[in-house]
Amino acid sequence: MDESRPIFQQIAEQIENDIISGVLPEETQVPSTNEFAAFHRINPATAGKGVNMLVDEGILYKKRGIGMFVAEGARARLVASRRDQFRQQFVAPLLTEAAKLGITTAQLAEMITKQAER
Amino acid sequence: MTAVVELRGLTKRFGKVTAVSDVSVSLEENRIYGLLGRNGAGKTTLMQLLTGQEFATSGEIRVFGESPVENARVLERVAFIKESQRYPDDFRVKHVLRAAPLFFPNWDESYARSLVGDFRVPLDRRMKKLSRGQLSAVGVIVGLAARAPLTFFDEPYLGLDAVARQTFYDRLLEDYSEHPRTIVLSTHLIDEVSNLLEHVVVIDEGRIVIDRDAEDLRGTAATVVGPRSAVDAFAAHRDVLHREGIGGLASVTIGDISDADRKAATAAGLELAPVSLQQLVIATTTDRTTTQQEDAR
Repeated sequence: MDESRPIFQQIAEQIENDIISGVLPEETQVPSTNEFAAFHRINPATAGKGVNMLVDEGILYKKRGIGMFVAEGARARLVASRRDQFRQQFVAPLLTEAAKLGITTAQLAEMITKQAER
Repeated sequence: MTAVVELRGLTKRFGKVTAVSDVSVSLEENRIYGLLGRNGAGKTTLMQLLTGQEFATSGEIRVFGESPVENARVLERVAFIKESQRYPDDFRVKHVLRAAPLFFPNWDESYARSLVGDFRVPLDRRMKKLSRGQLSAVGVIVGLAARAPLTFFDEPYLGLDAVARQTFYDRLLEDYSEHPRTIVLSTHLIDEVSNLLEHVVVIDEGRIVIDRDAEDLRGTAATVVGPRSAVDAFAAHRDVLHREGIGGLASVTIGDISDADRKAATAAGLELAPVSLQQLVIATTTDRTTTQQEDAR
């Protein structure tokens, strides 16, 4: 666990990652709050907060008496919001650092293309 | 939310020494609390007051809505596992486990037996002959199998090796999930338990200095490192908990750091590092005058 951010956010992010990567396909059951707590060795209330955050966002839904399931369309929605985050988290700092080193946008684009071709 | 413990203006003096000073705190039902602080900060005295083993000098103590002193209705719902527990001279481990259900109405015998296996405690051995770690393990077993609605663990790990401590944390979490109850963990091994805690109470020189949800505390403090002049300029109007320096480099721990502060620090070319709960407790409870003297050297 990363010390600088709340654990419930990290739990929610991990579930999101598993949905995006296909480890947790849509309409499958996700582990219970207590299972998350035991696996990550964290407080169950904290794990519950992470799971509930995804319920509030409509990524997971509750089947009474059974547990939590991945909602239909969850993956597509997560991918869309992650793409938006990608720009802020990776592209923006990349440009800042490039500018610091005097790399022009054209040179940067060329570097990315070359790196991808390797 | 139901408060299991409510303290108002609680003070305990031993002669001239004030061990607990004007403490007002409530503990909610079915949460895991960390009661943290340095040696002699007042943690054990506070727990003794809560379990009716000490009388308050002034202030109010309510445990399950009543005073705990000489009160069987309260005390049968409370387990207090302490590092220095004494047992009758001729007691063996099995005698302790046989006596425990007399004190704890929720005692679970089969769970106690499975814990004895987990911690590899020899049932027939005399308590006097147990190693320090085995003695601690007996306390942990009693504290868990008691399933008391309010359970205190006062540094229960003395002599327990890393494997046994991990077993303790895992069993605690498992059993708490199945049988929620209020648990107060008093410990110096903060890094080991920080993820288990829902709420953190830090006591220093008898006073409560932090009383916050563990999740709120994560990420509120940060250490800012960089050239001394830049660090000093950044720290000037902020809540500095701790300061260190070497040569031209300085590092300050800022108590409440906002997103805007983070951006300002990064823009000023300073490095930001996260502060663990343990580091935060150290920074909060270290005598500030001492650190400043060290800094001046």
